[in-house]
Amino acid sequence: MVQLTPQKRQLLLRTVTRRETSLLIFTLALIIAVSIHSPRFFSVTNFNDILLNAAILAIASIGQMMVVITGGIDLSVGSGLALSGMLVGLIYKNDYALNPFLALLLGALIGLALGSINGLLVSKAGVPPIIATLGTMSIYRGLIFIISKGKWVSAHEMPDMFIHLARGHILGIPNLIFITIFFYGIFFYFLTHLKSGREIYAVGGNAEAARIAGINVDRIKYAVYTMSGFLYGLCGVLWVSRFASAQSDSATGFEFSTVTAIVIGGVSVFGGTGRITGVLIGAILISIVENALSVTQISPFWQLAIQGFIILLAVVMDAVMKNRDRKTVVRGQQV
Amino acid sequence: MSRLVRRWEFILVVLLVAVFIIMSRLSPWFLDVRNLFDATLHFTEKAIIALCMTMIVITGNVDLSVASNMAMSAAVMGVAFRSGMSIGAAAGLCLLVGTLGGLFNGIVITRFKLPAMVVTLASFSLFRGIAYVLLGNQAVTGYPYQFSDLGQGYFAGTIIPNQLVFFAVLAVIFGFILHKTTFGRYIYAIGNNEDACRYSGVPVDRIKLILFTVSGLISSFAAVLLTSRILSTRPNIAQGFELEVITAVVLGGVSISGGSGTMIGVVLSLFLIGFTRFGMSLLNVPAQVMTVLIGCLLIFAILLPKLLDKFAQKSSRSA
Repeated sequence: MVQLTPQKRQLLLRTVTRRETSLLIFTLALIIAVSIHSPRFFSVTNFNDILLNAAILAIASIGQMMVVITGGIDLSVGSGLALSGMLVGLIYKNDYALNPFLALLLGALIGLALGSINGLLVSKAGVPPIIATLGTMSIYRGLIFIISKGKWVSAHEMPDMFIHLARGHILGIPNLIFITIFFYGIFFYFLTHLKSGREIYAVGGNAEAARIAGINVDRIKYAVYTMSGFLYGLCGVLWVSRFASAQSDSATGFEFSTVTAIVIGGVSVFGGTGRITGVLIGAILISIVENALSVTQISPFWQLAIQGFIILLAVVMDAVMKNRDRKTVVRGQQV
Repeated sequence: MSRLVRRWEFILVVLLVAVFIIMSRLSPWFLDVRNLFDATLHFTEKAIIALCMTMIVITGNVDLSVASNMAMSAAVMGVAFRSGMSIGAAAGLCLLVGTLGGLFNGIVITRFKLPAMVVTLASFSLFRGIAYVLLGNQAVTGYPYQFSDLGQGYFAGTIIPNQLVFFAVLAVIFGFILHKTTFGRYIYAIGNNEDACRYSGVPVDRIKLILFTVSGLISSFAAVLLTSRILSTRPNIAQGFELEVITAVVLGGVSISGGSGTMIGVVLSLFLIGFTRFGMSLLNVPAQVMTVLIGCLLIFAILLPKLLDKFAQKSSRSA
């Protein structure tokens, strides 16, 4: 037996009990099980597919995560994503030669505008997040139909350079993976090391205490919806580029996938806690389940039911853990 | 007088009258009794669900799974009927499944003390998923013609649709329970302060459990009516109904944070939205434009009282 110092033992215990660790173990077990069942699953190209499918979900989930940490929810993710994607698609349809990177930036700015509407409604007007974003969800979705007149923007109407944006590679690694790593790096630093990032947790933990501590709660709430918008706007452009089409019903229900990803990733629906690394694993896990369903030839219709079941399982587990923690604290005080 | 004017229900009546005046000027077919009665067929299913949703929202909760529950119970009914069960038994099974779905929500919410929004968001996708698993992308058709009488027929030789009669009866029952019984008073009390209710011995969890179970039952009843009206079952029926139901409840003056609202306000707002939609469809307004308008309506319904409050505070300060 190796002797561990108390500090090291505590670190080990903390690592083992972390959400990310149990998630990783579960993910590995799932990969092994599916691979045994159908060897086709275990290949470089298939894992590449899984990561590519996870990328857009992973980026959009960062925004959803920050909103949920403040105790809110953003139901406009799917519609907002599709709206900014459609607007950028229409620019190409009308034969404007827009640089792909400018298109990405433009999409992000459109998203920023859409998100800031949510932010204003929630922080300034005091509309409950679920109502504000439920409203904008249908408004944005309707706007897509209206501006596109129900027509698609298809591959031949987009320049190759634009399609290359999400489908290309640099040094053999797909661009999408680079973009995902880039944003996870930035937001990891933001959420763990910057004052504004920590204030997001403070607001979600206890808004009243945060206010008394001098945090501008309204500003933080406005900021998280706006950042969520920025990210889903960006994802909208990536979506159109990856699938080489913009449709009026693109990404319907995508907001539920983001909620699933973050809840699996250990973000508490009560607000205040959650780590970005968990969200990344959550998004990849969803992508693996999706891929496994098609590889094992289980009906794709199971997807939605499994997603709902996983959310339920994750939140119930959280609630059970929370109750147990509370009991431990009480017992600790008695000793 | 000023108190009457400031009541939300009064504003709704004014709006309803305004819609009638505007629409009848824009379209010669609007102000026709038979047309108006038939127009209610397009929203009575949602209206029936809104009755129980009103109570749930007053307790400070929300049920996002109603439309998915409709799809799930209708799918079970479709599969049962296709495999040879009689239509009556299949409809009974539909009601049972819907009730169980609601009971399931209620148990998870009360047992694990989870926010209703999150739990019903999960079952929103779970129930809809079950509907897809059961039916795939197929539709069940071939329901007997007599069955259509329930959702399409008229009440005893009049021009009043059966569905409207069901709604009226249920609205009276739900209104009575909410406004005239202890149970109803508890609903308001829970919405105002749940913790205080627990300490005063109000059976909070049991009331929530009952409300969510009834919400499931009512949703599956709406599913039976819908199936009877369109005589087919597809897994994507009733998509987005939850949004419209919640919009109607909130527009009816029920506070989304719980504690206040009246049944008559919700009934008025249901007719307001329903007749506005009917008028717009007479004017060939596309469905997508209506979706946008309903979304705007939802946000404005919440914003308006808040803005009025702010305005009132400002004017009283300057006075």
